Amino acid sequence: MSSETILSMRGISKHFGGVQALSDVSFDVKEGEIYGIIGPNGSGKTTLINCITGFAKPDKGQVFFRQKEITGWPPHKIAHVGITRTFQIMRPYYSLPAFKNLIIPLWSPRARKLGGWRGGGKHGDRDTVAVDILEEIGFERDSRVPYKLASTLPTGYQKRLELARCISMRPEIIFCDEVFSGLSMSEIAGMTPLIEKLKMEGVTLIMVEHRLRELFRVADRVMALQFGEKIAEGLSGDVIENKQVKEAYLGSEEV
Amino acid sequence: MRRKERIDRGIKVRTEGIYAISSMREILYLLGPRLLLIVGLILLPFILQLAPYWARVVNIMCVYALVALSFDFLANYVGLVCLGGGFFVGVGGYLSAIFNTYLGIPFYLSIPLATVFGAFLCTLLFLPCLPLRGVYFAIVTLMYPLLLTRIIEAFDILGGTNGISGVDSFPNQYVEHYAIIVVLLLVLFGLRRFVNQDIGLVLRGVKDNDQSVRASGINVTHMKALAVFISAGIGCFGGAYLVHLYMWAGISLFALDFSIIPIAAVVIGGGGTLVGAVVGTFILVPLSEALRNLGTFRIVIYCVALTAFIVLKSEGIMVYLQRKYHQFERWVKV
Repeated sequence: MSSETILSMRGISKHFGGVQALSDVSFDVKEGEIYGIIGPNGSGKTTLINCITGFAKPDKGQVFFRQKEITGWPPHKIAHVGITRTFQIMRPYYSLPAFKNLIIPLWSPRARKLGGWRGGGKHGDRDTVAVDILEEIGFERDSRVPYKLASTLPTGYQKRLELARCISMRPEIIFCDEVFSGLSMSEIAGMTPLIEKLKMEGVTLIMVEHRLRELFRVADRVMALQFGEKIAEGLSGDVIENKQVKEAYLGSEEV
Repeated sequence: MRRKERIDRGIKVRTEGIYAISSMREILYLLGPRLLLIVGLILLPFILQLAPYWARVVNIMCVYALVALSFDFLANYVGLVCLGGGFFVGVGGYLSAIFNTYLGIPFYLSIPLATVFGAFLCTLLFLPCLPLRGVYFAIVTLMYPLLLTRIIEAFDILGGTNGISGVDSFPNQYVEHYAIIVVLLLVLFGLRRFVNQDIGLVLRGVKDNDQSVRASGINVTHMKALAVFISAGIGCFGGAYLVHLYMWAGISLFALDFSIIPIAAVVIGGGGTLVGAVVGTFILVPLSEALRNLGTFRIVIYCVALTAFIVLKSEGIMVYLQRKYHQFERWVKV
């Protein structure tokens, strides 16, 4: 954990009409760590991701990626420098087969510039690369699953497909917007090693999660949000013991 | 309880792989429908030499088919429902007329030039409304041809309401026929290939869900502009060809017909099949020609036919035919 800061937020604020979704949120993420963001419903977690990845413009504040300001950049430019995200509500390309879903990120300027996928190369056969990536993420190559329409896949596979879309961009940072939600225990057990593997490959992961137990198992540091404000930050174990966090999740009564 | 079960024919499954070349019958199964269309279209002018009037209808039919193809591509593969078919035709037509009469460029150069420059111009003018989606994009694009008509009328430019006359015609009847037929076939098979290329998949991704495409680091506006460029180019060629066919360019090129008939054709032929757009126009345009001597009453028959299609076979002819060709149906007990 001695590595340098890859992403830093300075005083991000965002409001929708009269609702203050985020107020003055600042935090730093170090390269190669898994950073968790927790908070009750409506505490601004997804808005925070949107503000960083360009899907929403923050009213105030700055976002720095490797000391370079990226505040207010359009989403495709932010993805191009290597910050990708999954969507909480899965957004695969429903009318395409699962492996063809990956052709789109593989075709992106970033993926084409970096190239280097084994078997595929810069000008290689993207279909082969796509099936390789899907296999890595848990689609059985010899089964019919990778070739099925994305709309017919079960939730677990669609979540993996979201992650696969990010991976095929060869990102430096992945924002995982509730990848565990809606999954069964066994499906989560299958996802966790993927996350750990990504970390070992040096990818920085920022995970927004409701499933605290599963998150704390993988996360290095955690930040808690409530009503758009940062109420705690630190090691996983410390944050859950924090009084304010307990209040936010369980109400103000002593537990 | 019984329900209809649909199963792919064995021959369809086999011909999907490389085994397709193993027997004459399977090669024929694959090539048959395509050859029927290609050979049929190429022979059409010869057959219609007996009826010169109808030979001329073929040309116009092909222009409509091109515009329908451009609509089908944009609506069903990129998700932009564009009602500005007449705009593409008009811009292409006027440009070709300008190149030909004012600058003296021969037709075999003025048509390609009008296609490319027209596509550029249309894309440029469409740029502001590319972020719009769905019905909003449709309405704005519907306004474009109306807008240009009024501008030409009001400022009395480009011949005003009289139009530009004295445009070169084609040297002979065969050039006239095959210029459009060959281009139609090239566009049809070219587009079919294009939408299955990687870049075509990206465009289809934009239709399915543009947020994911954005998150994949691809500029959605660029992709939409590219799609409009292709589509506008197809429409502009149709317009440029029409101008040389009529030897005249006028504001009727911006007519609503070029926006509406292609859409009706795509509905009848089956959206998203591309070939359906062509088949749809080949039914609609001759039908409306045949009913011409009924005067305004033809609109009634036309409407009844359209309504019947939409109610009874809303999937479109080609979707239906492809299903019958590739699958067999049987009743099974549930």
